[in-house]
Amino acid sequence: MEFFLVQLLNGISYGLLLFMLSSGLTLVFSLMGVLNFAHASFYMLGAYFAYQISTAIGFYPALVVAPLLVGAIGMLVERFGLRTVHRYGHVAELLFTFGLAYLIEEAVHLVWGRAAVEYRIPPSLEGPLFMVFTSQYPIYRGFMMLVSMSMLVSIWLVLTRTRIGLVIQAALTHPQTVEALGHNVPRVFMLVFGGGAALAGLAGVIGGNAFVTEPGMAAAVGPIIFVVVVVGGMGSLAGAFVASILIGCLQTFSVGLDWKIAWLNITVAQTAPVLPYLLMVLILILRPRGLLGTRDG
Amino acid sequence: MIGKLIRAAAVGAASAAFALGAQAQTIKIAYIDPLSGPFANTGAQGLAEFQFYAEWLNKRGGVLGKKLEIVPFDNKVSPQESLSQLKRVQDEGIRYITQGNSSAVGLALSDAVTKYNERNPGKEIVYLNYAAVDPALTNEKCSFWHFRFDANSDMKMEALTALMEKNKNIHKVYLIDQDYSFGHAVADAAVAMLKRKRPDVQIVGNEFHPIGRVKDFAPYVAKIKAAGADTVITGNWGNDMSLLVKAGREAGLNVDWYTYYAGGLGTPTAMGEAAAGHVKIVAEYHSNVANNKAAGWDAAYRKQAPKGNPDFYYLRGKIMFDMLVAAMKQANSDDPKKVAYALEGMKMQGDLGELEMRKSDHQLIQPLYVFTLQKSAAHGGPKEAKIDMEGSGLAPVTDLRVEPYVTATPTSCQMKRP
Repeated sequence: MEFFLVQLLNGISYGLLLFMLSSGLTLVFSLMGVLNFAHASFYMLGAYFAYQISTAIGFYPALVVAPLLVGAIGMLVERFGLRTVHRYGHVAELLFTFGLAYLIEEAVHLVWGRAAVEYRIPPSLEGPLFMVFTSQYPIYRGFMMLVSMSMLVSIWLVLTRTRIGLVIQAALTHPQTVEALGHNVPRVFMLVFGGGAALAGLAGVIGGNAFVTEPGMAAAVGPIIFVVVVVGGMGSLAGAFVASILIGCLQTFSVGLDWKIAWLNITVAQTAPVLPYLLMVLILILRPRGLLGTRDG
Repeated sequence: MIGKLIRAAAVGAASAAFALGAQAQTIKIAYIDPLSGPFANTGAQGLAEFQFYAEWLNKRGGVLGKKLEIVPFDNKVSPQESLSQLKRVQDEGIRYITQGNSSAVGLALSDAVTKYNERNPGKEIVYLNYAAVDPALTNEKCSFWHFRFDANSDMKMEALTALMEKNKNIHKVYLIDQDYSFGHAVADAAVAMLKRKRPDVQIVGNEFHPIGRVKDFAPYVAKIKAAGADTVITGNWGNDMSLLVKAGREAGLNVDWYTYYAGGLGTPTAMGEAAAGHVKIVAEYHSNVANNKAAGWDAAYRKQAPKGNPDFYYLRGKIMFDMLVAAMKQANSDDPKKVAYALEGMKMQGDLGELEMRKSDHQLIQPLYVFTLQKSAAHGGPKEAKIDMEGSGLAPVTDLRVEPYVTATPTSCQMKRP
């Protein structure tokens, strides 16, 4: 029972981090049709910015400033990069973000070096939050959950309760009409792309010190967030949420299983890192639009 | 005017000749290890220490009147990448390589070097291994061109279990290792040796996780806790080590860690003072060993160490270069084949005891230490805990010195000499 509860909490908190990462990706995709390969790089930038800012003025200011900076970079990328490339179609956009990911990685090498930087959890968030029978549950994991839950709620509020949210939703399906009504659709695109980058940056601030901040971190999470978006359904925020939690728990619980797969002589635990990809392949075969997706193919 | 031209030409020719001469005056050693990616910090440590040695040697005139140069090649801990870097090494005419991180890479390099040397007589390459500890490299897959300066994983496990044999508080042991040749070698050795030395101990888990890809160790820690383990044995290194203990610390996992590589590269920092007394390490050196004749060297390294790698870690690196230099002097040549023959069977008085490069399998036999991380003397720990690691407040204190002859495990190597 204790083991189950601890693993459940671990799975949910990991899943929520995945959601923070993939929500921006799925938002950008649904609005602009751009599959942003550089999304994980914004996550990495968030972690490095937070490291730099937290050594100068502390962790809590970094929590606000770092995502804003990443968001600003995202807007610049959209305004001066993507928007120009846009007229050459989706393939050009895809290639653009692909190149951008490498560019950001090399920039990180140049500025911060190739080794991991010492980005640590602030002392005020260290220690146990509560006990699950005899196991400690760390404060920081609770904090991670809190941040991603409040992020989820605020995105939902912005999308459904504000004017700009309504414009975004309308631009999703009828960009021409929205433009005809006098709204500046390119500007909306820029804001959404910047917002998506900022969300990834926020995930970086939280994930960077929970795990490691190093130049390989973008490449490490890149594939998994695509899995989340595909499984959840391209462009579906609720789908991304469900898929994140599902994959978080899937990975966490499979680690706990020592069943032998007889003819391969390995345990289920050893296959844990492959399972999300297996899930993605199955989803693509059985339900190509994803769990909560609305469009086919 | 013409005189000026002639003079300029003469100076040019002389300096060109000098440059050519200078090139022949260096002995290059290719350092093939991760310098980017998740294990970059581990690769950076060795590079910094080896370059320190080369600088020190060159200031004293080098060896055979030639300078030593360490040339870094980034292999991203991938065997394929290492082989393509080896190709570059061959193209550049470098005749010595050194590598340490990952036995998977070590096995690939040893095999490739051996084949290359067979096909290219007169262009042989010698492979100096300072940390890839899969026993296979000096047993069934041994090669004349490979020399290992680190104790292999069986030797290290002998030393660790020698300490466990005496500790009657150990009842339930959990094994967690990286899922590749070295991790499996560690787990197999632990199972076999515990069975022999502590048949009463129960092994409650034998886990393998993918190397360098797990970011969140919390699920593994929950599993260790659920198994009721009081002791964990792990051969993890790099981020896999520091993330594992970090997750253990966060979840309040109360176990003793018996490790190969918790002694540096960010791990002491990640563990923090809460780990004092709970982490054991086996290695050939730590900064607080008794009668430390390498103390001066250690201090000199620290004085100029790069920010990310503040501690002196690889005494075996110093041993490796000391032996290489001695072998070159003995052979009176830097020709790899002659040097290899001089190197095998070489005996030397090291800083901490007798050293022997065993002729039968090219495994260095050296004293080993098992030590515990304690609070440093400055933080109220024992007085031997003088020098701490990475400024973490944790300092190594010896539990056990294992004499060279005790660590010398038998070998099945059938050496083929050219």
